[in-house]
Amino acid sequence: MSEITTKLLVLGGGPGGYVAAIRAGQHGIDTVLVEENRLGGTCLNVGCIPSKAMIHAAEAYHAAFLQAGDASPFGLSAGPPRLDFSRTVAWKDGIVGRLNTGVASLLKRGGVKILRGRGTMVDGKTCLVETDTGPERVRAEHVILATGSVPAALPHLPFGGRVISSTEALSLPKVPATMAVVGAGYIGLELGTAFAKLGAKVTVVEMAERILPAYDAELTRPVARRLGALGIEVLLGAKATGLSGDALAVEVGGEARTIPAEVILVAVGRKARTGDLGLERLDLDMSGPFIRIDERCATSMRNVWAVGDVTGEPMLAHRAMAQGEMVADLVAGRRRAFHKVAIPAVCFTDPEVVSAGLSPDEARNAGHEIRTGLFPFAANGRAMTLGAEDGFVRVTARADNHLILGIQAVGAGVSELAAGFGLALEMGARLEDVAGTIHAHPTLGEVFHEANLRALGEALHI
Amino acid sequence: MGFRIVKLPDIGEGVAEAEVSAWHVKVGDVVREDQPLADVMTDKATVEIPSPVSGTVAALGAEAGQMLAVGAELVRLEIEGGDAGPQAAAPEAGVAVAPEVARAQDAASGRPVAALVPAADGLEPAQPAPAPPSAAAAKPAEPARPAPAKPAAPRPASPPSSGPPRPAGEKPVASPAVRRRALESGIDLRQVRGTGPAGRIGHDDLDAYLDAPPEDAAPAPAGRVARTAVEEIKVIGLRRRIAQRMADAKRRVAHFSYVEEVDVTAVEELRAALNQRHGASRPKLTLIPFLVQALVRSLPDFPQMNAHYDDEAEVIHRHAGIHVGIATQTPSGLMVPVLRHAETRDVWNSAAEVRRLAEAARNGLAARDELSGSTITITSLGALGGIVTTPVINRPEVAIIGVNKQVMRPVWRDGAFVPRLTMNLSASFDHRVVDGYDAALFVQALKGLLETPATLFMEA
Repeated sequence: MSEITTKLLVLGGGPGGYVAAIRAGQHGIDTVLVEENRLGGTCLNVGCIPSKAMIHAAEAYHAAFLQAGDASPFGLSAGPPRLDFSRTVAWKDGIVGRLNTGVASLLKRGGVKILRGRGTMVDGKTCLVETDTGPERVRAEHVILATGSVPAALPHLPFGGRVISSTEALSLPKVPATMAVVGAGYIGLELGTAFAKLGAKVTVVEMAERILPAYDAELTRPVARRLGALGIEVLLGAKATGLSGDALAVEVGGEARTIPAEVILVAVGRKARTGDLGLERLDLDMSGPFIRIDERCATSMRNVWAVGDVTGEPMLAHRAMAQGEMVADLVAGRRRAFHKVAIPAVCFTDPEVVSAGLSPDEARNAGHEIRTGLFPFAANGRAMTLGAEDGFVRVTARADNHLILGIQAVGAGVSELAAGFGLALEMGARLEDVAGTIHAHPTLGEVFHEANLRALGEALHI
Repeated sequence: MGFRIVKLPDIGEGVAEAEVSAWHVKVGDVVREDQPLADVMTDKATVEIPSPVSGTVAALGAEAGQMLAVGAELVRLEIEGGDAGPQAAAPEAGVAVAPEVARAQDAASGRPVAALVPAADGLEPAQPAPAPPSAAAAKPAEPARPAPAKPAAPRPASPPSSGPPRPAGEKPVASPAVRRRALESGIDLRQVRGTGPAGRIGHDDLDAYLDAPPEDAAPAPAGRVARTAVEEIKVIGLRRRIAQRMADAKRRVAHFSYVEEVDVTAVEELRAALNQRHGASRPKLTLIPFLVQALVRSLPDFPQMNAHYDDEAEVIHRHAGIHVGIATQTPSGLMVPVLRHAETRDVWNSAAEVRRLAEAARNGLAARDELSGSTITITSLGALGGIVTTPVINRPEVAIIGVNKQVMRPVWRDGAFVPRLTMNLSASFDHRVVDGYDAALFVQALKGLLETPATLFMEA
C-alpha cells in the first residue's frame, strides 16, 4: 500500500469539499481530495443542476404544448410538439458532464490531488482510499469531512423497482404515464411539476396540511394554485402506507385509497451520510444524525472539520460552499467564523419561491416588533409582459429602526432576485436603503423596491 | 513621485504569517535604503525588515501586535520618480477622527484594510482633549443618518451616544467586510458602537473603537480618592508568545515537581578556586556550567529526561545530543537560548557560551536557531532563587531543572552542627512520560555529582 502525506485531506468532492479544496489550493496548501463517484456531489450530478435542466426542458415543452392548443395570449400557434425524452436526458447529462470537467480542471489549476475511490477514515488524521490501482493511505494534518447526504427512504416504501428517489427520477428512460410523489417539499414539487408538464399524470401525497411546509402559507399559495392548474392532484394530510399491487396505497382522512402509479417518487428529505465512512471510529460529537460543528465548522476533534449536508440543515449547496471556503481559510491560518445573516433558499417550483432571513412569523416569534411590505407582481409592468403576474415580494423589517430582517418572494423567475435579497440582509440594509436605491425599469426587481416603499407607506405603483 | 509597496517577505520555512512586534518608522518618516522599518516576529524569532529603497512612509500595513500574512503589505513608501502602477494609488485621506489613521490596501487579497498607526510620540491621539469616541466618530457619519419616512412613521431609533453600544442580547449589524475586519483584528463587535443607520457598524466605527483612549482616563481629583482606572495593555509580541506557550504547557503537560537539597560547599569551593586561579584569562564560572556538566554526566543514564514528547503524534524523541535551554530574563520577557551539544563542552566553554547567549538574547540579537531546539532546560534566578520553585516545562521537553538560592545552613553531621552551603534544586517533569521514581533517581544523581564535584570530571 502506498502512502501519501499531505497538509489537508478533503473527504468528498461535492460543493463543500471541492470549494474547500480549490480555496486551499489557492492558499498553497498541499491538498488531497477523495471522491468515490463523480466530482460535484449531489448538487452537480443528481441534484440542483440536472433537476434545473429537466425543469427547463419541461417548461419549454409545456409552453409549446399550450401554443399548439391555441392558448397563447399573444396569438402564437404552432403544431403539436414532440419530445424525444432520451435526448432530453442526454442534453441534461451533457451539461452535468461539462460541469464535472470544469470542477476537475479548477481543482487541477489549484494544484489539488484528486484520489478516486471510497475513502474510509482510520483515525482523525488517516484515511484509507480504495482506488482502482489498490489501496492508498492518506495521512493529513487537517481533515475536512464533506460527505454530504443521501435521499431518505420510507420503511414501508423502500427504494427499488417502481419506488425511486430523486436520483433515479432524473434519469428515467421515458416519461411515465402516471407518477405518485410522496412528499410535497421542494424536491417532490419541483420534479412532480416537471413531469406533469412533460405529460405525466402526477399525484402528490403529503402528510402535513399544506405544501412546502417549511414556508409560510401566504408564500406557498401561488404554488398551490399552479399545481391545481397543471392538473396535479395534491393529497394533504395523507399518509403513504405502502405498495398495493401496481399502485400506491394511501390513507387520507381515515380512508384508504390507491393511486395508480407507474413510478413512485419518494422525496421525504435527505439524511446525512455518516454511515459507511469510518466516521464511527472518530471521536465526533453528533447533533442528532449530523456531525456537530461550531461556528468555525470545527468538530469535537482537533483539526477535523465538517462542512455541508453532513452537518445538518439547511442542506443547501451554497451553504456548503461558504463553509468550505471558510474552513480552507482557517486551515491557512486565517481568522474566520461563519457569521452569516442569511442563507437564502430557493424552490424551483412553478412559480419559484425564495426566502432569505426571517418570515414575518419568525420575526415576531424572535421578539421583534415588525412592519412588513408586500408588493404583487400583478402591479409590475415587466411581469405582465412575461405573462407571469402571480406572486409577490414581501419584506419584513424591525418597526423601530427599519432594519430588514427577512425577504421572501414567489413568482416566475424570482430565484434571480435572491442575490439582491442576500446582499441587503448581509449589508444590514434598512427599508430606506433599498427604497433609496434605483432599481432598473422595467424589471421584476422593481417589485423588491416597491415592497420596501410599501413597508414605509410610500409605495408608488399600487 | 510614485509609491513602492513593501510586502512582508517570506521569512522562513513554513511561516505563513508573522506578528508585527514593533515599528521603527511612522507615517511621514523619511527612510533611507536598508534602514529598519519594523520588527516582525514568528514562532521562532524576531526579524528586522529593512527598507529596500529610500522614500517617505505613506502608510503602515498593520498596527504593532497585529498578524500579517506573508506577502501582505507591510509599508507603503512614497518614492521619487517611482512608477505609479495600479497598486500605487494614493492612499485615501485619513478619517477625521484621527490624523494618524491611514488606509492601506491588502495587496495579497485586495481587501481594504484600514490600519491604525500610533502617533509619532506615543499612543495618545494627537488631539489635546480627545472627545468620547462615539461623539468624535459620529460626526463624519452624520450625513448618512436618514430622516424618517414620514411624520406618522415611528422615528428610527438613533444610537445613544453613551452607555452600552446596544441592548443586551441584540446582535450588532455590520456588513460582511466590517465583520471580517473585526474578527481579524480581534474586536468583539458587540462592544463597538455603530453610528450608521439602524446602529450599523461601519469601518469608521471600527477605527474609532481601535483609537479610543481608555474610558476611565479621568483627571485626578485632589485628596484621597478611589482609583478606578484600569489600564489596558495589549498582549502582543514576545509577551503573547510567552502567554501562549505557558498556557499550552500548563494545559497539556501533567507537571509534577520534585525538590531536593544539595550540599554545594565543595563545588562552590572548586568554583571559587578555579576563578581565582585563572582570573581574567578564562571566563568566569558560575554554578550553571557545573550543573550542565552534571546533566552531561547523568543524562546518558536517564535518556527519558533528554527527550521531546510529541503528544499529537504520541511519539517520544530521545535525543543523544544534549542541548540545554537556559531560561533568560530579557527586557521584553522570558527567552530560552540554547547551549548546543553541551556534551562537547567543558566548563569554561559552557560558561563562555552561556554568557554569550544570554547577552545576545538580552540585546535581541539571538538568531532563530539559537532560540530553539533545546532538549532540557535550566532555570535559575540566582540570588532571587527562593527556596522552592515549580518550573513550567518548556514543551515539548519533558524536564526542567530549577536552581534555588544558596544558603549557609547548620547541618547535623557526625554528632555536631557544621556550617554547610546548601542549595535546593526544584525540578519539574512531564508525568505523562516520566515516572516519579525515575525523576527522583535522576535528581539524586545530579545531587551526588554536584556534592562530589570530582566525579563531574572523571571518566566513568
